[in-house]
Amino acid sequence: MLAGPARAKPESDEARYLSPREMVLSPDGRWLYVMCEASDEVRVVDAQSGSVVKTVAVGHVPRGIAMSTDGKKLFVANSWDDTVSEIDTGTLKVVRTLTTGFEPNGVIADREGKTLYVANRLSNDISVIDLASEQEIKRLAAGRGASYLTLSPDGQRLYCTHVYPKIGAHRTPPESEVTVIDTQRQMVVERKPLHNVAGVFHVAVSSDGKLAVAAQLRPKNLVPLAHVEHGWAFGDSLAIFGDDVNGVVQVPLDELERYVAMPFAVAITPDKQKLYVGSSGSEVIAVIDIPKLLTYVRATKGPIANDLSASANYVVGRIPVGRNPKGLVLSRDGTRLFVANRLDDSIGVIDTASDVVVSSIDLGGKKDMTSLRRGERLFYTARFAFQGQFSCANCHIDSTFDGLQWDLEPDGFGVDIVDNRSIEDLSGTEPFKWNGGNPNMATECGPRTEKFFYRSQSYNSAELADLVTYVMALPYRPNRYRLPGGELTPTQERGKAVFERTQTKNGTPIPQSNQCGYCHSGPKYTNTKLADVGSGKPTDRSPLVDVPQLPNVAYSAPYLHDGSAKSMEEIWTVFNPHDTHGVTNDLQKDELNDLIEYLRTL
Amino acid sequence: MKSRQAVVVEEYSPRGHGGHGVSLMKPALAIALLLCVLSIPLLAATPDMPHFRWENFTTANGLPDNHVFSVLVDGSRIWAATENGLGLYEDGKWKVFTTADGLAHRAVLSLALDKRTGDVWAGTMGGLSRISAGRIDTFNQLNSGLSNDVVYGVAVQGEYVWTATAAGASRYNTRTGQWSLFNERNTPMYEIWTYAVTVGPDKVYYAVWGGGVLEYDIKTERWKDYNDPDGETEIVLFKDQGLIHEITTSVSYVDSILWVATYFGDSRYDGRNWHNFLTKDSGLPSNFTNQVKAIDANRAWFSTDKGLAYYDGTNWALYRPNLKTGAPEMYVRDAEGNTTPVAVETAPAHNYVLAVDFQGDDIWVATAKGLSHGIRQK
Repeated sequence: MLAGPARAKPESDEARYLSPREMVLSPDGRWLYVMCEASDEVRVVDAQSGSVVKTVAVGHVPRGIAMSTDGKKLFVANSWDDTVSEIDTGTLKVVRTLTTGFEPNGVIADREGKTLYVANRLSNDISVIDLASEQEIKRLAAGRGASYLTLSPDGQRLYCTHVYPKIGAHRTPPESEVTVIDTQRQMVVERKPLHNVAGVFHVAVSSDGKLAVAAQLRPKNLVPLAHVEHGWAFGDSLAIFGDDVNGVVQVPLDELERYVAMPFAVAITPDKQKLYVGSSGSEVIAVIDIPKLLTYVRATKGPIANDLSASANYVVGRIPVGRNPKGLVLSRDGTRLFVANRLDDSIGVIDTASDVVVSSIDLGGKKDMTSLRRGERLFYTARFAFQGQFSCANCHIDSTFDGLQWDLEPDGFGVDIVDNRSIEDLSGTEPFKWNGGNPNMATECGPRTEKFFYRSQSYNSAELADLVTYVMALPYRPNRYRLPGGELTPTQERGKAVFERTQTKNGTPIPQSNQCGYCHSGPKYTNTKLADVGSGKPTDRSPLVDVPQLPNVAYSAPYLHDGSAKSMEEIWTVFNPHDTHGVTNDLQKDELNDLIEYLRTL
Repeated sequence: MKSRQAVVVEEYSPRGHGGHGVSLMKPALAIALLLCVLSIPLLAATPDMPHFRWENFTTANGLPDNHVFSVLVDGSRIWAATENGLGLYEDGKWKVFTTADGLAHRAVLSLALDKRTGDVWAGTMGGLSRISAGRIDTFNQLNSGLSNDVVYGVAVQGEYVWTATAAGASRYNTRTGQWSLFNERNTPMYEIWTYAVTVGPDKVYYAVWGGGVLEYDIKTERWKDYNDPDGETEIVLFKDQGLIHEITTSVSYVDSILWVATYFGDSRYDGRNWHNFLTKDSGLPSNFTNQVKAIDANRAWFSTDKGLAYYDGTNWALYRPNLKTGAPEMYVRDAEGNTTPVAVETAPAHNYVLAVDFQGDDIWVATAKGLSHGIRQK
């Protein structure tokens, strides 16, 4: 089930940006295959000359790319299509398209080339696809927002990370995991716990298989964000595990005034001397001396993840690169590191002996800067926050959300806790903030961000206009629960009837103001007003909340203004005892399920 | 759980031996005939039925609780659903999962293995839990679409997880996260207390406590019910003409054969004909059956309140501690109804048996006073 707005494809190369996100190198190192997220294609680059020799169109919003062991096939995860494109590297044509779970982000083939694994961000699982039969043979439960896959050097283990934390008890530290799959049994055999972590990205494994490193975020969302000026809103860090260390050790990347905001990609040199970590927010590549790192970790007693002085012991360099660096690829001999500068449409080439950018590959694409593109750059850079600690994208991962609840304002510890809302398709949903305090996005992104988030003078008026342009243009992602033709299933139809009903089951009229469709009205299912639905807590300054829009509400759990409802069911089974959030207590369980199935289609 | 019928202590009685009219004969002739009759079982070859050496687990050697509601074999690992946690026996040691680990409730009633993923699903008194490589995800009637928190039965059919709950049947789509509920409003289920569920390649069957058996056709997505044709709750008027009784406790569907356990006897249905089993004409030690679990179309194990019975399609075997003395005992009953005691040195932990699962030729048995491992001897 998949129905989404078709994206019009620009015809000319000059009319579109590319947004290179991930890359792979051919086994002989000659070709660099660059997956471009914005232009829905793979660009084939001569790794020596830097020239683009071919463009291969793939599906919508590709997010992951992998190559078969023999180098004959490329696999591209098309996140908006719920498919994987298989490309023959000989002909550079898409030879088949495989179906996956919801919003595939990561893809990798096993060593034998028999099985394809796909990390599905919205279905929180891993598709296991038999390449011979083209059938998905099973799904493995992964972490929430499953996104990135890495195979161990011997091919025996597959590591999967996820970008949203597990939905746990309200106001408790976030929990994440590295999901470990045995590729022979095709089963999850271990889940390495990552405590206090929300947002885990790429994993790299050393050539001897003894050291694995995952890039991750440690958000400080349980204390007021006022502590930005005290040194930390996010712990940009690594989780390291494997035989070289004992268990899972989390190590910081940050130093005061030198943050490695939003660490994303990681690469370990073949000689295991250096680890490169791409900071997509700070726009640097952090260089880590692995022997020093291991020495420090082994010598240090107790947790070091919150020690801002620790990284000086092993972070030995920060290489400035282009805007929003994402994928990293090392040449086979480890002498060159390729960096996908996503918002520059270029590939930076770093000489790993000197750790200097020695060249840049222009991938093509649109050269004129639009307000939209400038706004996107502003959204992803950390240079505006106090000491460059974080960017908008820290909380809105890939322009979505982070699954966390924050104590944003300096109004007292634990006062006015707010859930981070999705920001797709926002036009017409003003005002913003859960208290409706910001009449428009310019206020939301301007004064509010300066005062409560960044704790610094941030954007000038032109920049603010660009940022607003970008945020307000974020599209509605394809809805996976709506039938292709847009019609509703019988279950969804029943749920729609519940949503639209005007009287209870015994015929008692429901006051208009307490009918679902009163507050959740209009094209975005919000009347853009404040309402008291009884969900206020003693720690809230007001029981009134901005009526949230509902498009793709299925993906943005937890719910209610403070994220206290872990699921849509809990909105009504736990938090609506007096029928103040619509009349639902007369509903049977299956009728409530019907309502939820309808809401999933919005 | 529903109240179980009181355990009645009685001796196993060989049935079907004839023996009427002895008192009318002359004493000498009668004695001679009696000796002949009694010697028949001894002279006839005793059917070769499985022999086990029983090793029993209780709290004394690591089991989380002696009340074991269900058992699941997962390769070399054994999962025990107990009243006080989920036990995992691996490498000779017990690991216990509790609510502190995220388990939905301490009382675990049912277990199912997703053989494709290795995930174990546990039905509890407080919801449904998925145990996946140590991580426990819990679904209950408040946080999910599950129909009711009391999950008596659970089974995995491809990407679907079916549950039998105290308020109807639920089906969870593990790929989309969607729930489908089945109850009196959309099936022939006139009693919503579903007690057990079993799945096959084409059908899903529910034992509905007081409501017979429900069949779901996977292809047509249609429901059909099977009920006791005589409608009598205490007697059987129409034997072999339908389900033996409405108070069903367990279903097992193997090789296109449906086996049904009730508190008043058991049934086997091949899609055309029913065959019912009662103590008076089978090797069942009791009509009060908690579970039937089939091996194939002809062979099945019956967990009763008076011991564990095995039926090979012709003969029966009974394994239990003696109901009075607790001494290990085994009986074999042949096709003619001749019953032969077999000397044994061990027995399952208790005569009140709730469930079994198979580990190759071995069997694991959940009882009211411990978990038993039947190690096949021959």
